[in-house]
Amino acid sequence: MPDLDRDPVPGHAGADLTLTSVTKRFGSFTAVDDLDLVVEQGRFFALLGPSGCGKTTTLRMVAGLEEPTRGTITIAGKDISRLKPYKRPVNTVFQSYALFPHLDIFENVAFGLRRRGVKDVAGQVGRMLELVELGGFGKRRPGQLSGGQQQRVALARALINRPQVLLLDEPLGALDLKLRRQMQIELKRIQTEVGITFVHVTHDQEEAMTMADTIAVMNHGVIEQLGSPGELYDSPATTFVSNFLGQSNLVKAEVVGRDAQDVLVDAHGSRLAAPAVRARRTSGTVWAGVRPEKVHLTGGAGGDGSAPGPGANHLTGGTVSDVSFIGVSTQYLVRMPWGQELTVFEQNSGARDSFRVGDRVDLRWTSEHTFLLDADQDAHAGDESYAALTEGAAT
Amino acid sequence: MSAADTGRRTSRTGYLLLLPGLLWLVVFFLVPTIQLAATSLYDPSGSLDSGYAMTWSFSNYWDALSTFRAPFLRSLLYAAVATVLALVLAYPLAYAIAFKAGRWKNLMLVLVIAPFFTSFLVRTLAWKSILSDNGFVATTLQVLHILGPGGRLLATSVAVVTGLTYNFLPFMVLPLYASLEKIDLRLIEASSDLYADALTSFRKVTLPLSMPGLVAGTLLTFIPAAGDYINAELLGTPRQYMIGNVIDNLFLVQLDYPAAAACSVVLMAAIVVMVLVYVRRAGTEELV
Ligand SMILES: Nc1ncnc2c1ncn2[C@@H]1O[C@H](COP(=O)(O)OP(=O)(O)OP(=O)(O)O)[C@@H](O)[C@H]1O
Ligand SMILES: [Mg+2]
Repeated sequence: MPDLDRDPVPGHAGADLTLTSVTKRFGSFTAVDDLDLVVEQGRFFALLGPSGCGKTTTLRMVAGLEEPTRGTITIAGKDISRLKPYKRPVNTVFQSYALFPHLDIFENVAFGLRRRGVKDVAGQVGRMLELVELGGFGKRRPGQLSGGQQQRVALARALINRPQVLLLDEPLGALDLKLRRQMQIELKRIQTEVGITFVHVTHDQEEAMTMADTIAVMNHGVIEQLGSPGELYDSPATTFVSNFLGQSNLVKAEVVGRDAQDVLVDAHGSRLAAPAVRARRTSGTVWAGVRPEKVHLTGGAGGDGSAPGPGANHLTGGTVSDVSFIGVSTQYLVRMPWGQELTVFEQNSGARDSFRVGDRVDLRWTSEHTFLLDADQDAHAGDESYAALTEGAAT
Repeated sequence: MSAADTGRRTSRTGYLLLLPGLLWLVVFFLVPTIQLAATSLYDPSGSLDSGYAMTWSFSNYWDALSTFRAPFLRSLLYAAVATVLALVLAYPLAYAIAFKAGRWKNLMLVLVIAPFFTSFLVRTLAWKSILSDNGFVATTLQVLHILGPGGRLLATSVAVVTGLTYNFLPFMVLPLYASLEKIDLRLIEASSDLYADALTSFRKVTLPLSMPGLVAGTLLTFIPAAGDYINAELLGTPRQYMIGNVIDNLFLVQLDYPAAAACSVVLMAAIVVMVLVYVRRAGTEELV
């Protein structure tokens, strides 16, 4: 790669992809808003967000299929923002595959090599088809393949060019769940094998978490949070991230003080502690959050008297309002005295008590699993089931 | 009721549905074609009054070919040139309507079809005045010294080919438009993502995907143009006459039915052979 030689810090910055203040407007509508992003070379990077948040638009600007209204895009320090798509060291796996129907699989995969006048087309295409496990399919037309096979052809057609960055726009969107899981593993394997930077767009949070090293959560044209799947899950920065990536219980609380590494809050009369590193706000009104699987239920007969042990958070006086058995776990809905319904996932390990609708219960969890968010944010932002519910009620 | 019964019934329904069309074809195509072929083998010394005897005179073909070789070749040449010209005019037009016209698309399509609202004959007569010696086209070309003083447009091959091109242009535009319009623009994006510049994308993606329209359009132009006689009649002189004029003359003026039939059969056979070769080659993409 000749571009590496020109890099000011060889081997360090490598072929990083950077977006600086990238904005895209369609008329008066801002699809991507002042986006700053660095994707390190060799990463499996996921761009995650709900429908219409600007993921495809971002990808298309990197590919050169859409021109940014403002901002610059560089790869390995080289500004590519105004280059034609065919001059960029980038290839795309399109959501719709966009395979050439008039060419057979071999020629589809060979397309990029032929345009660049590369030698040994047959050998390279053969090896690439082996990599995506489509060895004997070279003579077929795209219309004669299944959805999953077409998807692999689309991947092979892009990957064979060894781009510095491979863009994948929801490539698994059209597949059924089983094939989807299989392809996720396969994609991850291929990425590790070839070591090319993958920018993978998806609105499936599970897909992003299982595949990516780094996830950027996008909403309304801006990136809400960027980090490893673990970071995003354990320390969400916004209510949107806390709801979009997994589920969260968010309880309104007031900050009342500090205790060593913890921020102390008062939630409807109960004292809760949260690690200061997970507190996005340390004063005033906050959302105190905890993931449903971190919470345990205990029989609520003792009631309000029992003080929480050190390092434990405790909400008392709940009533079980719904129980759904999901196999590995049971999902409880618990109505709290202040009217809010909280969600609890209990593992069906046999070690825990089970409860029925109407039972009085308390909620307990380790305080280190608590996070604090800005109470100005909508507690339901990014909560798809809530959005579906309210939409259903509106119509 | 068993599955076999329903199966038999649906297939019987299928044949019933085919029946009217089949009858039409037998009465108005098959029988006349056989009659035509038979006529072409009649004794050439017969006449309408004395009647014709079937003498299997294959020599009629030889006579027709040797006597009318010039108009024959002229027909194929004029039709080929008109088809190429129509293609050159129609492809950019169809491309623009399909991809660039935006909200003007429907209006432009109506304009392409608009000539059909008047008759073929009237439109060709209009060209007669457009290309006339004192018409503005001829005088302009004379001023520009493209046409010599006293040079004519009317009554030349140029006029006939122009008329043919004009009259059959919509038959080229419409199939081309239909196949271009179907092309998924994301394929062009994919091609540009895979290192193809605009011209290469056109050559490797757009053009091959528009081949069905191109083949249909060229056939729909070439076949009727090769058999046309109105354009040569109105815009040309006997020196521009095509095989259509010859057949017209033989059938209606000379009343030489066997020769007229032989010319018709040769024209038909030539077109069928050329079309078969063309379609086969287009199918294997040798033409691109
Ligand atoms: N060419 C365009 N003209 C006008 N608006 C557009 C155009 N392309 C995209 N948009 C708008 O920009 C916003 C972002 O679109 P984009 O396709 O990037 O969404 P996305 O995040 O990829 O969504 P999805 O998950 O549904 O694919 C949408 O509201 C969309 O309506
Ligand atoms: Mg999209």
